[in-house]
Amino acid sequence: MKTREKTSAVAVKMVIAIIIALYVLFPFFLVVINSCKPTDMITANPIGLEGVSLPQLYQNLKDVINNTHFLFWSAFEYSVVITLLSLILLALFGAMAAWVICRNKTRWSTFIYFTFIASMIIPFQVVMLPLISTFRDVGKFVGIPMLQSVPGIIFAYLGFGGAMTVFILNGFIKGIPITLEEAASIDGCSPEQTFFLIIFPLLKPVITTVTILNGMWIWNDYLLPSMMLGQNGKVKTLPVAVQAFVGSYVKQWNLILAAALLAIIPIVILFLFAQKQIMEGMIEGAVKG
Amino acid sequence: MGEFSVGRKAASFGCMIVGLVLMIWGLAMAIAKTGNTLRGGALVVGAVAFFVGFYLFPTLKHHRTIVNIIFLFPLLFAFAVTVIIPLVLGIGYSFTDWNGIRTKGFVGLDNYMRMFRQPGFLWSILITFLFVVFNIILVNLTAFLLALLCTSKLKGLGFFRAAYFLPNLIGGIVLGYIWQFIFSNVITKFTTALFDSRYSMLSETKTAFIGIVIVYIWQYAGYIMLIYITGLNTIPGDVLEASSIDGANATQTLFEIKIPMIAPTITICTFLTLTSAFKQFDVNLALTNGTGSVANFMGNYLTNGTEMLALNIYSTAVINNEYAFGEAKAVLFFIILAVVSIVQVRISNKKEVEL
Repeated sequence: MKTREKTSAVAVKMVIAIIIALYVLFPFFLVVINSCKPTDMITANPIGLEGVSLPQLYQNLKDVINNTHFLFWSAFEYSVVITLLSLILLALFGAMAAWVICRNKTRWSTFIYFTFIASMIIPFQVVMLPLISTFRDVGKFVGIPMLQSVPGIIFAYLGFGGAMTVFILNGFIKGIPITLEEAASIDGCSPEQTFFLIIFPLLKPVITTVTILNGMWIWNDYLLPSMMLGQNGKVKTLPVAVQAFVGSYVKQWNLILAAALLAIIPIVILFLFAQKQIMEGMIEGAVKG
Repeated sequence: MGEFSVGRKAASFGCMIVGLVLMIWGLAMAIAKTGNTLRGGALVVGAVAFFVGFYLFPTLKHHRTIVNIIFLFPLLFAFAVTVIIPLVLGIGYSFTDWNGIRTKGFVGLDNYMRMFRQPGFLWSILITFLFVVFNIILVNLTAFLLALLCTSKLKGLGFFRAAYFLPNLIGGIVLGYIWQFIFSNVITKFTTALFDSRYSMLSETKTAFIGIVIVYIWQYAGYIMLIYITGLNTIPGDVLEASSIDGANATQTLFEIKIPMIAPTITICTFLTLTSAFKQFDVNLALTNGTGSVANFMGNYLTNGTEMLALNIYSTAVINNEYAFGEAKAVLFFIILAVVSIVQVRISNKKEVEL
C-alpha cells in the first residue's frame, strides 16, 4: 500500500516536472518554429506548424545574416574575439594580482583587496557616463581610439571583471599551502617561476569557475558595449547587433526570431558540451560571491 | 650587484631608459597636440619596455617586490581607469551642469533637488522597489519549489535541472524580444479566443509590469534553483533520517529542518535576486522600453509607466542628453542599492542566528 502511494506521488511530481519543463522550453520552441515561417504565417498562427519549412528558414537566415544593421558574422566574430581575449587576460592578470594580494599581508594589499570587494556593489550606471567621456578624452589625447575599438572594450572588461575575479581566486589561493612555495624557493625558483610553474597550474579549477562567470556576463552584456561601441559603429557585439537590427525594423517577426535564433545557438551548443562545468561554475561563483 | 653580468645590467637600464624616452616623447607629442599618430604606439611600447627593464633590474633583495608590482599593475591600472576615476569624476559631475563633454559651472545640489520634483523619476523609484519586492518573493519561492522538485527521487533529474537553468544562459536583450513576441503575438491569440480581447499585455502598464516580472522569473529562477539545490544537498542525510524515524511528516521536515538548515543559502539567494532585480535593464529595454501610461500619479500624466531606475538613468542621460542630471540619478541609485543591500545582509544574518 505504502509503496503504491509513493509511486503515485512520484508520478505526480514527474508530471509537474514535465509541465514546468515544457513551459520553460516553450519560448525556445516558438523561436525555432517561427524562424522557419514567412511573416504572414506567423501572424496567422504563431504556435502551429503550418508554413514551417527548411527553405523558409534558410531564406530568413540569409536575410538576417546579410542585413546591414545586423551583419551576423561580423558581430559574431567581434563577440568571440572580445569575449575570449577578455577572459584570457582576466584569468592571467586576475591570478597574478590575486596571488600577490593573498601572499603579501601588508597594509597595501589589504587596502587593495577591500577596495576590490567594495567596488563590486558599484552599479555600472554610476560609472558609465564619465567612463565614456574619459575614454574619449584619453583616446584622443594619446592617439589610441578607446571607444569603438576592440582593445578599448577589452580594457574596460579587465577593469570591471577584475574585482570579482580577484575575490574568487583569492579565496582559492588562501587554501594552497604556503610551504609549497617555500619549498620551490629553496629549490631555487624565483617568485615569478614559483607562480607560473607551481601556483598557476594548481588554479585550473577556480580559473574554470571565473572564466564561466565572466564569460556568461561578457558574452551577454549589452549596456557596456552599446555605450562604448555605439549602435551604428562598425564594431558590434551580438547583443548590440540584435538591438540595432530590431530597432531598425518594423516588426518582421520571422527575421527578428531568426536573429534571436542565431544569437542563442552558439551558447546553447556550448551549454550542451559543458553543461556540468557551467552549472557548477555558476553555483560556485554565487556561493563564494 | 656584483653577481649580475654586465649584459643583464645593460639590458635592464637600456630597456628602462628607452621606455622612459619613448613615453616622454609620446606624452610630449600628445601635450603639444601635434596629431602625430605614432604617439599612442610609442606610449604603449615605452611602458612595456620600461617594465621589462624594471623586471631585469639587477637586485636580489628587492626582486620579489618588483615582481609584485609588475603582477599587480595591469589589473589595478585597468581597475583605476575604468572604475575608480569614473566613479570620482561622476560624483563630481553630478554637482555640475556637465553635458557629457564639458562642464560650464557648479550647480550644487540642483540636480538632486530637481529629480525629486520629477514625477517620472519618483514613479521609477516606486516601481523599481515594487519590482524588487515581487522578485525577491516570487523568484525565491519558485526557485525553492523547483529545487525541492529537483532533489526528490525523479528520473531524468539532470535533464530537468539543465532545462530549468537554460533561460539564464541567454542575454536579456534577446530574451526580451522573444517574450515581446510571445506577449504580443501568441498570448493575444488565446485572449482573443477566450475573452475576445486583442490587446497585448504589454500595452497596459499594470499588465506590462506583470509581464516583466514573469520574464524575469523565467530567466532567473533556474539559476537560483541551482543554488538552493546545492544548499539542500548539504543537509546531512542522517538528520533527515532521524526526523523521519521520529515521525515528522513532509511538511514538518520542510519547515523545521530543511528551511532552517539552508538559512545561509536563503541569504545568498535573497542578496542575488535583490541586486540583480534592482539593476535590471536589458529585459526592461527590450520588452517595453519603459513605455506605459499612468493616468494620474501625484497629479501628473506619465508615459514611462514601466521604466525602472536603470532605464530611467539611461534615457535621461543618453536619450535626453542631460548627462549631469542622469549622473546625479545614478549616484542616488548607487546609494539606494548600497543601503538596501547592507540592510538586507544585516537582517538576514540576524535571522540566521535566530534560526
